[in-house]
Amino acid sequence: MNDNPAMTASNRLSSTFGKPHPALICFLTAGDGDTAANLDALVAGGADVIELGMPFTDPMADGPAIQAANLRSLGAGTTTAYVFAIASAFRTRHPDTPLVLMGYANPMVRRGADWFADQCKSAGVDGVICVDIPPEEDDALGPQLRAAGVAPIRLATPTTDARRLPQVLEGSGGFLYYVSVAGITGLQQAAQGSIAEAVARLKAATDLPVAVGFGVRTPDQAGEIARVADGVVVGSALVELVGKHGKDAPRHLRELTESLAKAVHSAAKAST
Amino acid sequence: MTQNPNSFRNQPDDRGHFGDYGGRYVAETLMPLVLDLEREYRAAQADPAFKAQFDDLLEHYVGRPSPLYFAERLTEALGGAQVWFKRDELNHTGAHKINNCIGQILLAMRMGKTRIIAETGAGQHGVATATVCARFGLPCVIYMGATDVARQAPNVFRMKLLGAEVVPVTSGAATLKDAMNEGMRDWVANVHDTFYIIGTAAGPHPYPEMVRDFQSVIGIEARAQMLGRTGRLPDLLVACIGGGSNALGLFHPFLDDADVKMLGVEAAGHGLDKEHAASLLGGSPGVLHGNKTYLLQDEDGQISEGHSISAGLDYPGIGPEHAWLKDTGRVEYTAVTDDEALEGFQLLCRTEGIIPALEPSHAIAAVAKRAKDMDRDAIILANLCGRGDKDIFTVAEKLGVEI
Repeated sequence: MNDNPAMTASNRLSSTFGKPHPALICFLTAGDGDTAANLDALVAGGADVIELGMPFTDPMADGPAIQAANLRSLGAGTTTAYVFAIASAFRTRHPDTPLVLMGYANPMVRRGADWFADQCKSAGVDGVICVDIPPEEDDALGPQLRAAGVAPIRLATPTTDARRLPQVLEGSGGFLYYVSVAGITGLQQAAQGSIAEAVARLKAATDLPVAVGFGVRTPDQAGEIARVADGVVVGSALVELVGKHGKDAPRHLRELTESLAKAVHSAAKAST
Repeated sequence: MTQNPNSFRNQPDDRGHFGDYGGRYVAETLMPLVLDLEREYRAAQADPAFKAQFDDLLEHYVGRPSPLYFAERLTEALGGAQVWFKRDELNHTGAHKINNCIGQILLAMRMGKTRIIAETGAGQHGVATATVCARFGLPCVIYMGATDVARQAPNVFRMKLLGAEVVPVTSGAATLKDAMNEGMRDWVANVHDTFYIIGTAAGPHPYPEMVRDFQSVIGIEARAQMLGRTGRLPDLLVACIGGGSNALGLFHPFLDDADVKMLGVEAAGHGLDKEHAASLLGGSPGVLHGNKTYLLQDEDGQISEGHSISAGLDYPGIGPEHAWLKDTGRVEYTAVTDDEALEGFQLLCRTEGIIPALEPSHAIAAVAKRAKDMDRDAIILANLCGRGDKDIFTVAEKLGVEI
């Protein structure tokens, strides 16, 4: 159990998004390299939210960088228990930094959704992003997460039309993750104009903060997006540093995170 | 007409669930498209012109109906029940896969899609997809595990002759499931113009239902043919199962014939206690590639590699309707090893002058075991879902013959 009553899952995320500046959300794959040291480097560099990827053999929504990280992690013997151990230890070291798990349905429901939600709660996980549980299949994990006080963070995409959006928002929590391109992680970059338009559309439909991810690699891009969104997600660019630098990754991660954080935090937020 | 609540033929429900299985476990990007597909499929089902075009192509392009054949010498050799075969290996392209590809490409064109993608393992579904794309003049990209590309060179060349682009997939373990992952990645990036022709009765709803319906021509024909020839229904249906489309195609029209027993035959590979591809007998329920079904997986839900001598059965999942039919007990499932399948292969070659694919060789091996213990007036109907030309190199290697 997380026994810090002052900081629960829901208020860690809401207080982060309540800050006067947009949030930088940094993704790494759990068990790829020295994850504890790497996550500490992200926090030290200014990351506001940590998105921790649960490795899976079949990461269908991911591009080459995160696919490779999944394989490295599984190759090193990462188990679900180890992912929760990483999360739990992170929560102890960083009591106030929101931590969300991101991954695919099968490892999450393998031992039952109740078990998974309970583990999330115990480890101090604030939210869960599951790529392949759309609102239509919410029963598979959503009720259990909500009962445990863990936010089911939903994805909206360029193909999520107005007719569908209410269904996506129903039962979602934490923040809304806008996938800025129809595609996989780490490759194309969406045009800024289309992102601004989409975020405005989403924000008109929900009070949840809206974070934007997929294809965001550089401080310039991140800063541009932070002008219109409540949060910016960077994943593949960080994961590539882990793959490239191994033990020396923390230094490089911190350096990139600092420049991303500077760009994101200094962007004038369009709305609060 | 009211639906019979006790029918085994009224699955899935309106959310695509077969009992607890099936569903639409896909990324949000694909969800609107999957819903569109379902709407378009319902419209096509209600459109007599769609059915007329489908039937016309099956008759004049695929060569249906396929014969129902009494295997007299095999029956004598086994010394038990009569063995009959539904000859779907005589279809154009040499397997049942083409039935489904015809249906899906007609649907793709109805939806205004201009580009086709597919995954393939051994290459049979890839060849069938490339074939219908050539027939209708649509560009076609086939994802195939790099190891399979190397092993199945003749089928790769066939696909290229038919104008398809074959993309070797090196991600993950470079096998069929990775080819499917890569197909999903392409689809998610090209939803606006691309139709994914899934090769088996699996994937997100409505694929399992749709593929089953397109393949049901097998069982509908066989049922009428059997009644016409013998005046009765068979006692036992037998079909091999990878993803399970040929088996569902045969079984589904008979599901409410209570006296007809059914046996699905999975690939036991080196043995169920070793490497195999028997998701139902050696796996457990989970979520992969858009549906909930039985999977080969470890305790953390990581997907295991399937193994079978037959590349067409070498997949760590199974169609969700089979998962439901197993749990309800309506269909019995068994498994046959690589070695037993090789014996079945040779048995059919020698007794009937038919070279079967390694996939239905599993069904033949199961028939050989069952027929002996059944009365001589009992009837077994097995689906001969593919011909063996593609497998002669594999078989030669296993038999220690150099060709």
